[in-house]
Amino acid sequence: MRLLNLLSIFAIPAMMSIILIHGYFKGVNIYEAFIEGAGEGFKTALKIMPYLIAIFLAIGVLRKSGGMDFLVGIFAPLLKPLGIPAEVLPLAFIRPVSGSGALAVLRDILQHYGADSFVGRVASIMMGSAETIFFTMAVYYGAVGIKKSRHTAAAALISHIAAVIASVYICRWFFR
Amino acid sequence: MSKVWFFMIIFGIMAALYTGNIDIVNEVILQDAQEAVVFAIGLTGIMSVWLGLMNVAKKSGLINSLSALMRPVTKLLFPSVPENHPAVSAIMMNMVANMFGAGNSATALGLKAMEELQSLNKGRETASNAMCMFLVINMSSIQLIPLNVLKLRADAGSMLPAEIIAPALLATTVSTVVGVTVCKLLEGGKI
Repeated sequence: MRLLNLLSIFAIPAMMSIILIHGYFKGVNIYEAFIEGAGEGFKTALKIMPYLIAIFLAIGVLRKSGGMDFLVGIFAPLLKPLGIPAEVLPLAFIRPVSGSGALAVLRDILQHYGADSFVGRVASIMMGSAETIFFTMAVYYGAVGIKKSRHTAAAALISHIAAVIASVYICRWFFR
Repeated sequence: MSKVWFFMIIFGIMAALYTGNIDIVNEVILQDAQEAVVFAIGLTGIMSVWLGLMNVAKKSGLINSLSALMRPVTKLLFPSVPENHPAVSAIMMNMVANMFGAGNSATALGLKAMEELQSLNKGRETASNAMCMFLVINMSSIQLIPLNVLKLRADAGSMLPAEIIAPALLATTVSTVVGVTVCKLLEGGKI
């Protein structure tokens, strides 16, 4: 655990050092090369901005209006047969849509059912093992002008469902 | 995307009407649009840092050696990406940043990877197999220490906030394997 923590802290500085040390000893003019590359940063940020605004807007409206809760209410019974506790379904639904929304839902679940309860553990594992799908797709594809994403969403959603189901069963098995 | 976007907004507005707090929509338009701009501007800094470093690594040949090292893995996942292509190292560094929870660095490197993949895709408007695969791996990727989850668990009075790390890693592995397999199955024809 402490080792993992250390790794987390050192990963980025380590990557940076390796690149710079390697470049320096290979005789690259590292300062010039850095400046040349960094110049592209602003362009990329500008390019993704409209996509970010569009997706933030849609997620914001859907979540804060209560529309998301409504959808969860409709679809939750469909997932029941998979053995997923009803209490974590809101999290399973909001996780692919909004990362910050999912954190808020997780906080509620942990406060309400307790962090060390079965539901609390499943929710924590789920939060740690899934990712925001629509946001990532909108921004990454938007940045390079891709309009047809083909099977990306289908594969990502199936992978997400696998994460949800795996969270429940692994938790059950791990904390027997 | 148009349909999803349309549905999210119109359904949201109707839900707001139904619950009687249509005011929330006005608030969202103001607040969340601004948040998006702040996020994009904030990303500019870290984006520039990584693009600068990547340029150094390209010139020093580090990117070439790294790509060659990862060849066995990338050949399997991204058969259409040639050896020694800068896309490989951008993808790799994105994975590392993701693993260690460096969210903004991961986004910056991921966008760089997408640009490289798009150059291989000859600027088409349809995603290539490699792009789909990269995004699926990216979205189901492992985070060694989900810091914000641990924080929330500690706040909620957990005896052992970190006890979920191992099972979460297992669950992520399952979802990544499923994602990669499904992606391979759905690829079909070559693009």
